[in-house]
Order: sequence, then structure tokens, then C-alpha cells
Amino acid sequence: MEPSLVTSIGKIQLEKPAMLASGILGISLDVFNRLYRSGAGAVVSKSLSTEPWDGYPNPTIFGINGGGWINAVGLSNPGAPNFAKMIEPNKDVPIIISLVGSIPEDFSTMIKQFKNSKVIAYELNLSCPHVAKVGLEVGDDPDLVKKIVSTVKNSTHVPVIAKVGLGTTHYLNTVSAAVDSGIDAITAINTIRAIAIDVETQRPILSNKFGGLSGTPIKPIALRCVYEISSKYDIPIIGCGGISTWEDAIEFILAGASAIQIGSAIGDNWIHVFNDINNGILQYMKRKGYSKINEMIGLAKKS
Amino acid sequence: MQRNLNHTKICVIEKVIDETPTVRTLIFSDDVMSSVLPGQFAMVWIPGINELPMSVMIAQESGKAAFTVRKHGPASTGLFNVKVGQQIGVRGPYGNSFDLKQGKLLLVGGGTGLVPMMRLLTHIKPNDDVTVLIGAKSKNEVFFEDLANDLLKNNPHRVIITTDDGTYGEKGFVTSMVEKLVNETRFDGIYTCGPEIMMYKTVQLAHSRGLFVQASLERMMKCGVGICGSCCVGEDLVCKDGTVFDGDHLILNMEFGHFHRNKAGILENY
Ligand SMILES: Cc1cc2nc3c(=O)[nH]c(=O)nc-3n(C[C@H](O)[C@H](O)[C@H](O)COP(=O)(O)OP(=O)(O)OC[C@H]3O[C@@H](n4cnc5c(N)ncnc54)[C@H](O)[C@@H]3O)c2cc1C
Ligand SMILES: Cc1cc2nc3c(=O)[nH]c(=O)nc-3n(C[C@H](O)[C@H](O)[C@H](O)COP(=O)(O)O)c2cc1C
Ligand code: FES
Repeated sequence: MEPSLVTSIGKIQLEKPAMLASGILGISLDVFNRLYRSGAGAVVSKSLSTEPWDGYPNPTIFGINGGGWINAVGLSNPGAPNFAKMIEPNKDVPIIISLVGSIPEDFSTMIKQFKNSKVIAYELNLSCPHVAKVGLEVGDDPDLVKKIVSTVKNSTHVPVIAKVGLGTTHYLNTVSAAVDSGIDAITAINTIRAIAIDVETQRPILSNKFGGLSGTPIKPIALRCVYEISSKYDIPIIGCGGISTWEDAIEFILAGASAIQIGSAIGDNWIHVFNDINNGILQYMKRKGYSKINEMIGLAKKS
Repeated sequence: MQRNLNHTKICVIEKVIDETPTVRTLIFSDDVMSSVLPGQFAMVWIPGINELPMSVMIAQESGKAAFTVRKHGPASTGLFNVKVGQQIGVRGPYGNSFDLKQGKLLLVGGGTGLVPMMRLLTHIKPNDDVTVLIGAKSKNEVFFEDLANDLLKNNPHRVIITTDDGTYGEKGFVTSMVEKLVNETRFDGIYTCGPEIMMYKTVQLAHSRGLFVQASLERMMKCGVGICGSCCVGEDLVCKDGTVFDGDHLILNMEFGHFHRNKAGILENY
């Protein structure tokens, strides 16, 4: 029998395990449809705020020699109300809405705005490393994380995911706070705060100076985080960070991830990456004799 | 080590040419940029100011490339003001390019949209019969007329100028001239770059007559590599699927000619 790519992240069911990471190609329903046709199991929106944000001036992204990217797009987004309206016609695409905010009410207000939209989950961005007052500054405060998660859990029946990253507070404290407050799943990890300096002009390249490092250089770190979280907590995990091949995807599943997200690899290999990864996982499952994704989750921890 | 095209490469401006009071061409040396295909663009960093998408302009000498910039807002004004000896950063090239047809060709350019048209002229075959149509608001905004004639000196050709106010060439909108030309001649290929309304009408006129037409689109660009999503038009990403699209594809795109997105990604009317 042909192995199945279906996977579940707690109550969230996906046809395929690789989804689009937040902030990548995420502002139009038409593009979401295209990514879904290209093999994405779900798409995560750009992180949305209560009001539209322009983001930082360019340069906002930079390709590192040797691979990887540093970006400071600055959470540019059309705002939750505009976005909610845009996705109302959606029928087929499993959409996860990513949200940023500073206080619990920001999140609950935005969730109300999606009442007429088909959404399979919310992902709370507690980890953007380059925008003040939101993202990591929120994730770094476990008490605030508890308040946000509890408020959000009280405002919706849709599953809620917390996305964590490496900040000044140990990320496991953020995970712990989110788990204590009833979070349904964890996405790990966001980009890691970084900088690029041009040697000729002798200045930082990004307009915001600091940005978030993503792509292949962060893969071993992201993998470590998934392994650590899955060793300590009984919570479904979505692995994210530097995944660009089916081998990377399998590594994250073996470390304990139930699904994975793809961001930077799209800039390197374009959207074929979803089908390539799906096919690679299928071949691997056939070769190893697995019929379901969940037979492989966390296997690397057995020894 | 092979050059990482996404890594900003610093280039020094070697020459500045004033094309009109508001348009300048900046020439620099770079092997990668000197040989890009017509329709491709670079992300151009003006240190301390901004980074902008720019079509890559030709430079007569080999190994050199150029940008032709119109001073507009803060970023393009910053680039416009770069002096000889100053540094800019380039990454890319990005995007696809025009499909070259042979025979009777019509190139329709407006403003700095003429840049990819000039590079296209360096790829035509000796027997191609080429009509270049340049649209401008008025006489002092016309540029590249001599360059187009020069690039076409060995081909059967004509360069037609239209100005909205009639101060030079034919009076009227460039698209009225497109209509006249496509009614007279069955072109084998029509290429356009410039203001989207101009491209939209050109594509409509050509497509309705069953003529092959391609347009090079401009959109808000942040990454240039298909990550940020800011350049989407319907389900197409201009930086990755374009900048060049076929007319019969564009005509079905509900956003082309009608909407573009602002910096926050909100759709706005043209
Ligand atoms: C593929 C491509 C090729 C281009 N080639 C040329 C060229 O050869 N010569 C030339 O003069 N201009 C070119 N442009 C336009 C140029 O990138 C700028 O849009 C224009 O110079 C105005 O920038 P500004 O910041 O000065 O204007 P602003 O006053 O800041 O903005 C005015 C408008 O310019 C546009 N704009 C601003 N920033 C960007 C951006 N990062 N990406 C896209 N649009 C932006 C927006 O529509 C904005 O509303 C090209 C654009 C694209 C997408
Ligand atoms: C250009 C860009 C924009 C991003 N924007 C967001 C965002 O809005 N919200 C978010 O939670 N993560 C954002 N991220 C982080 C990604 O979702 C992902 O966590 C990170 O890039 C690591 O995955 P990757 O190595 O596959 O890119 C962004 C990343 C990039 C490169
Ligand atoms: S400019 Fe970022 S996706 Fe095209």
C-alpha cells in the first residue's frame, strides 16, 4: 500500500506535512491557492497586526555568502481586517493565520475579525527578532505569554499554535508558559537576530541594521530546539528553520516534529520545493516500510 | 568562489549621463550585469538611503552596465544624485526575459520603461524590421531616440515619438499610435514596458488582433527573489515569474492594469 503523507498536529489535520512558513509570499489568496496546488499542506499568513504596517525601508533582505538570508522586512502586512476580508472567499486552502501584538487584547480583537473566514489554526508570533514591542519582546516575558495564550484560548475554538525563537529568555521558558496556558502546538523556530556589514562601504546593509537569520545556517539549531522541546513536553511540534530538502524534513520528524514549515528554501529553489519534499518523504517511507508519518515522529530519541 | 548573486556587490559609478532634466544614466563596470537578458533587473542599494529594483541598462563598452533612473521619491532621487566615484551595491540579476520573435517587431516604451527595450534592441537579428515607439509627456522628457536609431542603423527601422502635448513628434497618447500601427501592420512580435495603463492598452490592442505581445511589469519589490510576496499580481510573482509576461496570460489576470499593492500589501487602484 502507498504510504500516506497525512499528519496531525494535535487537532489540526493536514494532507501533507510541509507548510508555508509565516512571512513568506503570504499576502494574497491567489498566491496561497497556487502554493496549495504546488503541494503545500497548509499556508501560514504573514504575521498580521491590528493596523496595516509598511515595514522597514529597503534593503530588507540580504543573501549571505555560503547560504542563508538575513531579513528585516519589519512585519510589513496589510492589517488583520484587510486580510480577513481578502481570504473570505477561500474554500479549499488550509490557512493558518499568524498574529503579532503587544497585549492580549490585540490578539483577541484580531481573532474576532476572522469569524467569516475559513481558518484551520492561529499561530502566535512570539519570536520575531527585529521589531520592537512585539515578537521576541513578547516571547521573552513568560507572564505576558501566559496572559496572551489564555486570552486567545478563551476567544476561539480553533487550535492555537505558539511560535517560539531564540531571545534573551530561554525559549524553553516561553514554551513552558505556553504549554501551561493550554497552547495546542508549538512552532520552532523563528529567525535568529543577526547583522550583515558591507566591507566596502563599512556599514550595516539592512536599513534596520539588525535582521533575522534564516535558511540552511540555522537548521542544526532549529533541529536541536525541536529535539529539546519534544524531549521535555508532551506537545505537538511544527519544525521550522533551514529546511530545504526531504532529508531535512525527515530529520525534523525524527527529532519530534509532526509537521514542518518552509521559508527561505523558496528563495533558493522556488515553490517546487513542496513537491520535491513530499516526493522525497514518500520514497523514504516506502524504502523504510512506514505507512504513516506518525510512525516516524521522534524516532531519533529512542536510543 | 562563484559569486552569490543574492549578495550585494559594490560597484563604483564611472560616468553619469544626463538624459533629461529628471533622468540620468549611471555607468559602472560589472561582468554579471553587463550581460543580463532584456527584461531582467537588479536590486540597487544606495548606501544609507534605500534599495530599489532597476532594469539593467546597456552601456556601449563591454564589461560595463548602467542604470537609467528617473528622480521621483526619496530613493530614486538618492540614486539620481550619486556622483562619479561613489559606490552603489547591486544584487541579481533577477527575473526572466523577453521571447525574441523575428520579422516585424514593435517595441513600445514609456519613460524608464525604455531601458529593457534598449537591451532588447541589442538582441535583434539583422533582417528584423523594427518599429520603436517612444511615448513622453512633452519634448524635454524624450530620451533614447538617438540611441534607438543608432542601435538599429543596420536594420530596416523607424523610431516614432509621441508627446501628450504635441511639443515633439506626433501629438497624442502613445496607445493611439499603437492602435494605428497594429491596424496597418501584422507585427510578429510586440514588446512593451512603461506605465501599466499604457501596457494594459497595448496588450489589449495586440491581443484582440491575435498578435504576440509581451509586457515587463513593475511592482513594489522588497526581496527580488520570491520570498516576501510584495510583488504579487494575482497569483504571479513579478520578481520570479516575470518581469516579462505573455499578453494572453496577462489579459486573464484581474489585477493587471487595475490594481497594485502598496508597501503594506494593500491593493490600490491605479
Ligand atoms: C522590475 C523593475 C524595474 C524598474 N526599473 C526602473 C528603471 O530602470 N528606472 C527607474 O527610474 N525606475 C525603475 N523602476 C521603478 C523604481 O524601482 C521605483 O519604483 C521608482 O524609482 C520610485 O521610487 P522612489 O522610492 O523614488 O519613489 P517613492 O516616492 O518612495 O515611491 C513612489 C512609488 O514608487 C514605487 N516604489 C517605491 N519603492 C519601490 C520598490 N522598492 N519597488 C517597486 N516600486 C517602488 C511605489 O509604487 C511607490 O508608490 C523599476 C521598478 C521595477 C519593479
Ligand atoms: C522574509 C521573511 C519574513 C518573515 N516574516 C515572518 C513573519 O511575519 N512572522 C513569523 O512568524 N515569521 C516570519 N519569518 C520567519 C519564518 O517564518 C521562519 O520561521 C524562518 O525564516 C526560519 O525558516 P526558514 O529557514 O525555512 O526560512 C520570516 C522569514 C523571512 C525570511
Ligand atoms: S519582491 Fe519579494 S517576492 Fe517578489
